[in-house]
Amino acid sequence: MSQAFTKAMARNIFYGGSAFFILLFLALTFQTHKAWPERDNRQNITASVSAGKVLWEENNCIGCHTLLGEGAYFAPELGNAFQRLGGKDGIKAFIMSRPKDGIPGRRSMPQFNFTEAELDAIADFLEYVSGIDTANWPPNIQG
Amino acid sequence: MQYKSQAVAKPYFIAAIGLFIGQILFGLILGLQYVVGDFMFPEIPFNVARMVHTNLLIVWLLFGFMGSAYYLVPEEAERELHSPGLAILMFWIFLVAGALTVLGYLLVPYSGLAQMTGNHLLPTMGREFLEQPTITKVGIVIVALAFLYNVGMTVLKGRKTVVSLVLLIGLLGLALLFLFAFYNPDNLAKDKYYWWWVVHLWVEGVWELILGAILAFVLIKTTGVDREVIEKWLYVIIAMALITGIVGTGHHFYWIGAPEYWQWWGSIFSALEPLPFFMMTVFAFNMVNRRRRNHPNKAAVLWALGTAVMAFLGAGVWGFMHTLSPVNYYTHGSQITAAHGHMAFYGAYVMIVLTMISYAMPILRGRQAANSNLSQVVEMWSFWLMTVSMVFITLFLTGAGILQVYMQRYSTDPLPFMVVQEKIALFYWMREVAGLVFLIGLITYVASFFVGGRQPEPKATAMPEPAAG
Repeated sequence: MSQAFTKAMARNIFYGGSAFFILLFLALTFQTHKAWPERDNRQNITASVSAGKVLWEENNCIGCHTLLGEGAYFAPELGNAFQRLGGKDGIKAFIMSRPKDGIPGRRSMPQFNFTEAELDAIADFLEYVSGIDTANWPPNIQG
Repeated sequence: MQYKSQAVAKPYFIAAIGLFIGQILFGLILGLQYVVGDFMFPEIPFNVARMVHTNLLIVWLLFGFMGSAYYLVPEEAERELHSPGLAILMFWIFLVAGALTVLGYLLVPYSGLAQMTGNHLLPTMGREFLEQPTITKVGIVIVALAFLYNVGMTVLKGRKTVVSLVLLIGLLGLALLFLFAFYNPDNLAKDKYYWWWVVHLWVEGVWELILGAILAFVLIKTTGVDREVIEKWLYVIIAMALITGIVGTGHHFYWIGAPEYWQWWGSIFSALEPLPFFMMTVFAFNMVNRRRRNHPNKAAVLWALGTAVMAFLGAGVWGFMHTLSPVNYYTHGSQITAAHGHMAFYGAYVMIVLTMISYAMPILRGRQAANSNLSQVVEMWSFWLMTVSMVFITLFLTGAGILQVYMQRYSTDPLPFMVVQEKIALFYWMREVAGLVFLIGLITYVASFFVGGRQPEPKATAMPEPAAG
């Protein structure tokens, strides 16, 4: 780099640029907080949805599935599972139907032995997620 | 070794390599599970193996960063480490906590681990990369604080260089941003938004400062180029990293419930994120071309140049490929993401830690500056085996990803996820073969520490003069 461009100038760009873009990022975050109520489906977060989110987390579902496209890529996207599997009953039936020892040679979801209330909570959670405004992602029902 | 206390870096580096081996073995299990779905089921289901694979990566990189800091900071500050005892104590706490956590993943069902560790008191588990029990997360914070205190005191009391300052800012950011791991609201849109404050602002933010500082240190030491020149480059590179990378976080906010203007902010700024990586490549090659001497540790110079190239390809090129929101609409959460993740982590962070180990380990083991020629040749073989196989892992995953995106999302007649997975199995098999070559490279790497130990080290040679400019 040329001699005219000094280390002090480079340092100032670093500190000044970082500070400016941190502030810009915080301002955009503030704006995001204001926009969320219209988009994040918060009015449908019931006690059962919260319980479902805990079950989702404590069984590490994200270790195989994606949820709104984030997670592992081993098993189907679940942000739209509510639509794809045919509502709450479809979700519950699929989770209950998993064989304990898997399927020879194929990927299979474990059997979690959830209670009826737990199955309801997970289905409620996935129904809530399906109502978040994701800017029309995923492109189609297959996720 | 200029300062006795630099020796604390050695156990950190050894632990890093040990955990690296574990990470790769679990990676091979995962790769096989992609094509033999019931492999090890139900004993080690995919989600458990993946958690071990990714968490071991994070932990061993943290060991590598801490070891690098303990080696580099005394030399930069021109004084002994504030407390070598504290560094060793933290080493054991971190290692035992990490080992217990991984054993917990493997031996107890995850929900049982959540019960045992009282996740209901402060639920933080079950989110990608942040799967650790809350108590482990608290442990990470304690280790990070003690580490920062130790390194910070050393810098404060000694010579303050740009390299140690940038490293310190990076490590401080790492510790502070990790605190968002404790924020887990019921509102999934918020949960995901702040989850990225840990994940993105680590790997596409403050970790780049750590990467830049370590690279600058190794280049100062191996090329003999004037520190002023290297530090100026370092400032420019990290300035670009944060200027593009902070608002670039927006490329994760397209489809998770955040407002849609993020598609503009995220696309524009993250499209510029390759710039600092490109500059890093230019920087590394420039400095090596202008070297004042031929450092006897050729392997370390190879790793340094390799880091610059592979970080640009993995983070820069493969990141740009799917960062624009209209493209990401189709590729989000597909094997394209996996391809990028693999080469970016290897190229940027695995390789910079291996660069530092390559530079420091011969000295930590009592040599003047370098291993014997034999040992270096073996190490350079491992460099090529791992690097080329990682290129192929990335290419096969990219092939799988393109087909997946086409069949599942782009074509007029989209197919279900599992149907598509079976159709692209060939690419997963090829990826597994490339993974096996990577393992051979890793074994070769470990072997390089055990060969040629008794042979003399090559001598440094001066460069003919007028190379300045």
